[in-house]
Amino acid sequence: MYAVLVSLLAVPLILVSSGKPNLREFWTVLAGVVKFGLVLTLLPGALRGDSIEMTLVEIAPGVPLLLKADPFGVFFAVIASGLWIFTSFYSIGYMRGNKEEKQTRYFASFAVCLSATIGIAFSGNLLTFVIFYEMLTLATYPLVIHKENKEAISAGRQYLAYTLTAGLLLIAAAGLVYYLTGTMDFTPGGVFGGLDISTPMMLTVFLLFLGAVGVKAGIMPIHSWLPTAMAAPTPVSALLHAVAVVKSGVFGVIRVVGYVFGTDVMGAYGLNEILIVIAGTTIVLASLLAFRQDNLKRRLAYSTVGHLSYIVLGAALITPLGMTGGIMHIAAHATMKITLFFCAGAIYVNLHKQNISDLNGIAKVMPWTMAAFVIGSMGLAGIPPLNGFVSKWYLAMGSLEGDMIIPVLILVISGLLNVGYFFPIIWRAYFKQGGEELEKYGEASPFMVVPIMVTATLSILFGMFPNLFFNFFELAADISYAIFNGGM
Amino acid sequence: MIETHLPALIALNFLAFAVIIPLFGIWKSELCQPLATLGAGISAGMSLYGFLYYLNDVPLRYFFGAWQPPVGIEFVYDGLSAFIILVINAIAFFVLIHSKPIAVREFPNKLMAYYSVTMLLMLGFNGMVLTGDLFNLFVFLEIASLSTYALIAIGEKAAPFSAFRYLIIGTTGGTLYLLGVGFLYTITGTLNIIDMTAMMPEFAGNSSVITAVILMVVGIGVKCAMFPMHGWLPDSYTFAASSSSALIAPIGTKVAVYVLIRVMLYLFGIELLDLVIPISYVVGLLAAIGILYGSIMAIAQDEMKRMLAYSSISQIGYIIMGISLANPYGFIGALLHILNHAVMKACLFMVSANLRMKEGHSDISKFDHTYRKKYPWTMLSFSVAAISMVGLPPLAGFFSKWYLALGTIEANNWLFLSVILISSLLNAVYFFRILEKVYMKNPDADEQVPDEGLVSDEVKPSMLYPMSIFAAGLFLIGIFNVAIVAVIMNMFPAGL
Repeated sequence: MYAVLVSLLAVPLILVSSGKPNLREFWTVLAGVVKFGLVLTLLPGALRGDSIEMTLVEIAPGVPLLLKADPFGVFFAVIASGLWIFTSFYSIGYMRGNKEEKQTRYFASFAVCLSATIGIAFSGNLLTFVIFYEMLTLATYPLVIHKENKEAISAGRQYLAYTLTAGLLLIAAAGLVYYLTGTMDFTPGGVFGGLDISTPMMLTVFLLFLGAVGVKAGIMPIHSWLPTAMAAPTPVSALLHAVAVVKSGVFGVIRVVGYVFGTDVMGAYGLNEILIVIAGTTIVLASLLAFRQDNLKRRLAYSTVGHLSYIVLGAALITPLGMTGGIMHIAAHATMKITLFFCAGAIYVNLHKQNISDLNGIAKVMPWTMAAFVIGSMGLAGIPPLNGFVSKWYLAMGSLEGDMIIPVLILVISGLLNVGYFFPIIWRAYFKQGGEELEKYGEASPFMVVPIMVTATLSILFGMFPNLFFNFFELAADISYAIFNGGM
Repeated sequence: MIETHLPALIALNFLAFAVIIPLFGIWKSELCQPLATLGAGISAGMSLYGFLYYLNDVPLRYFFGAWQPPVGIEFVYDGLSAFIILVINAIAFFVLIHSKPIAVREFPNKLMAYYSVTMLLMLGFNGMVLTGDLFNLFVFLEIASLSTYALIAIGEKAAPFSAFRYLIIGTTGGTLYLLGVGFLYTITGTLNIIDMTAMMPEFAGNSSVITAVILMVVGIGVKCAMFPMHGWLPDSYTFAASSSSALIAPIGTKVAVYVLIRVMLYLFGIELLDLVIPISYVVGLLAAIGILYGSIMAIAQDEMKRMLAYSSISQIGYIIMGISLANPYGFIGALLHILNHAVMKACLFMVSANLRMKEGHSDISKFDHTYRKKYPWTMLSFSVAAISMVGLPPLAGFFSKWYLALGTIEANNWLFLSVILISSLLNAVYFFRILEKVYMKNPDADEQVPDEGLVSDEVKPSMLYPMSIFAAGLFLIGIFNVAIVAVIMNMFPAGL
């Protein structure tokens, strides 16, 4: 439970030691390890289906600031805090390799972001969720504008415009839920059971939520901040815009679907159909748009938009298997996409190239990085035995369970499109002849290559043994069971 | 013993200091500011003591010289007035600590007059809050207003002009209020608020009462800068000396809003108010327009004090909207926002005063990234207050917005809900505009001032600490808002 606080505590330490980079980074890494350790201690309890609660202060009459480590929260927290450790090492390599300015602000904001993410994971009620959600918005802003050039500033503005609006919608939605049901607690199976609420009202609440969590989840048509936010340094894109921030969005979607509305209510009011249509459209359109991007990070960003909607789709199917698949994909996409972003960052720091058309022949100079890139991209395309396959399989099973064929078709098409937009990169890197100037470069710094290899390896391992280390699969199935059967 | 006389002492203390300051000021003008601070400090201390002492007690009615009304003068010290008194006196205390260097810089020859008038102003405000009599309320209102005109006139070149304008508008407002009181007096035969409240139901639907309500609401509306009676405010706040605007902006309009609460929700009560014409809805609508108008105008301003002034119009709108909702959440939101906005605005005006102290201006277009190095604490306080104004948790501003939003939902008023939400976004626009300038290099600038070599060049601690305390207070109010809300819940007017 103190996991939320650990990285917050690290912030003053990071700020104070701004003059001594080694000490400063030591605090970051230490906070990351301690945080991960604390989250891991919660894992056995979560596997048993227990929830640990901690009430901090009352923030509104009858509504406490409630931290609750339920299985789903622990699941998300393990992923976010685990990957933070790798990202920390990688950040050190990246920031120093690029000789970036204002590294103190960077590391401090990063630590706040992680606190907020873990806070989101453990939020026991909507108001707590709102607070951490807004905190995350605010803490990410300095990271987006880090470069302080025109592009970054306009990206920052756009980011704020989208996410602040989302926060306000969330406040309105939370207020409405409180007004209608008298509670704001996240309850497996939802809080609307047994209440007679008119369809327009329900639709209003749902659309407010959709706008609120949908922005961070990158569903179309409110996704466009995400590609723009790629102006941020790559570790930010890697952890925040592939894992922490956007996953908070999809985490929110599942929380809303499973713990506020409940799957029965979703189905009864036909809300899930809206979600399926939006998610399906987003998957296909984002994959198509990814083709058009020459900037590597932007292509990855569109790919992220598409894959986030896999998770949304999983929730929208309102079948147990689909939900399991969606939750699994949170973990799967996290390891793979972070690998890909790490690769993009390594290429940028090492060769100063950001465009796909410039990547000819780079596999020769950066063999490890590109190998990891291949693993990550094939995983996203859903090729067994990588971990993208498992979640996709369950998503497909889930839609069949709900007697729906179109989602399966979308998954298949999207898999092909994934291959389509990743393959040219790999082809250029391996089979095209690179320029003369490439010869003077070698592999990127070990600070960057080691995290890349680790996350790539994790992608393979989790693909073959989904229950390895953390019992992710079991956990996902348990969570899904809880949602559909109203608690453990 | 002192407890029973507390209401009178809190207010009269200011009167005493208003006299003491000139006496000592003739001898040594540098004594004025410490004396004024001391005066505000004593009253703030007594307010705090009284607030805690009478927290759970029945309202205290204090009769001057033990003369019973209608002959004697009465002060009413109940939960609501104790709360407001505490807020305004505490804010005044901190602002006065802060005021010395900027006052010396902006009007070195008028210190004695300035601080003496400040005390009179506080006397007027305290009296307005405490009085139990509608006519005395007018008297205190005029004391406060006349002092305000004087304080505003001590300022830049354009200040006397804006003070004169305020004088005209303000006096009109005061007169309208008095006219309303006159109507009520002819019907009820009393001026005592408690007596009159008891009589009100007899006169439900009486056209004179309706006229009186409208006259009084409009009259007070001028004083609290309710849209469209806000015209005097931007110029007054902008051209007044920085120490005056830091004092008047956070508490002046709040006291007027307090009177509005007294009149609308306590004296008449919401049922009587809306019996013939839905006055509360009209007031709420005006507040909504004011919120949007203030925010949009604030975006258009290039001078920080002027921007803050327009922002005040918008924030007052929040409070008035909360009152007009006339339900528990709206009431909580309004009262919490009185406190929050007072702290935030005091903090922000202090920031602008600090910048004027150091840079000689507060033109937003001239802000640049060197400020974050030169004035790290000022800018940090600004960021905190700004983020609170935008309404992001866990800062204070979020919670008043939250309760107001709940109030609008409870009233099924989606229009007001969307106004509150949209206005938060507009707030974000005008505050992040400054944050961007201060914390980031300007990519369009031709030549960059390098970061190296910039050292902290902060204002004196006496200016720094009050501001930082307010900024820190925003965190505390936010996190412990439930304690404050619990107090507010004890003061619900009847029928809410």
